[in-house]
Amino acid sequence: MSKPQFVYVTYIETTPENLWEALTSSEFTKQYWFGAEVRSDWKVGSPFALLLDGEVTDSGEILEADPPRRLSYSFKHQKFEELRGEPISRVVFTIEPFGSLVRLTVLHDGFVEGGKYLGAVSNGWPAILSQLKSLLETGKLLDIPRAALNKGFDAK
Amino acid sequence: MNLDQFKPLTVYTIYIAATPEKVWEALTSAELSRKYFSGFAVEMQPKLGGRFIVRAPDGSEHISGEVFEYDPPKKLTVTWNVNWPDLVAKLGTTLVTYEIEPAGEAVRLTMSERHDRALSDDILSGGRTGWPAILSGLKSLLETGKAPQIKMSPPVKMLEALKAMGIRTP
Repeated sequence: MSKPQFVYVTYIETTPENLWEALTSSEFTKQYWFGAEVRSDWKVGSPFALLLDGEVTDSGEILEADPPRRLSYSFKHQKFEELRGEPISRVVFTIEPFGSLVRLTVLHDGFVEGGKYLGAVSNGWPAILSQLKSLLETGKLLDIPRAALNKGFDAK
Repeated sequence: MNLDQFKPLTVYTIYIAATPEKVWEALTSAELSRKYFSGFAVEMQPKLGGRFIVRAPDGSEHISGEVFEYDPPKKLTVTWNVNWPDLVAKLGTTLVTYEIEPAGEAVRLTMSERHDRALSDDILSGGRTGWPAILSGLKSLLETGKAPQIKMSPPVKMLEALKAMGIRTP
């Protein structure tokens, strides 16, 4: 059996530089990440935080930063009691030119077997990355309720 | 066919700014699928038990199957059997299900690829490589009016794994 991890690939009509900017700019993430914003100076070893309405929901540190190709940070949930006990996970973004497009691969790993966190992120990423693709390609966001992020929270 | 034996081994979810009807049409129309599916055309008889074909650009039937669950514009399940010699005999039937649900003003499309036996990650890499490209293209087509050309080829590790099982590939 494979390790518990989440992998998502999407193809976006943009440039690697624009995609890097979209992944690392607080203002940009706020738009497609359902109001959440990333904060870091994006240097290896620096702290990373994800904030929603001014509150830190997840935090970690920068593990890899190779603009505009590869970005990785550790990710520990801080908000929901039932997810706080889960181990520190890791997010890796890989950005590759693909013809006139860019292929973005998001790997989120470091979960425990049978934990709830994997189910939560498996529902969150497709919604976030669908928004990101729409925003970069059309300049517009989808009208999806934030509750979509938690859809099936307990399902897995 | 006993559905309970089939487990989803690959799942891909994508949100699209469109109506459920438009997403259904894009998934089942030859004209639209050709645009986002590298020139492959979906030909489906729109009824339970109807024929389901994915025709390659050279006119050959790349995938043959039938409609197994038909509930437009919410749910479609088809048998999705790639026409390579011995493939179905060795890997079993593949079921593909599309679920289309409203999510606010958008649509949540979930594709599940189900199999009746355990398959290696190398074998599954074909679908895991293909689906993101196909469904990214479908989303772009519906949202921007044009589909990007995402040229795909079968992953080398999948072709090697098939060969090791005695399945001949083109």
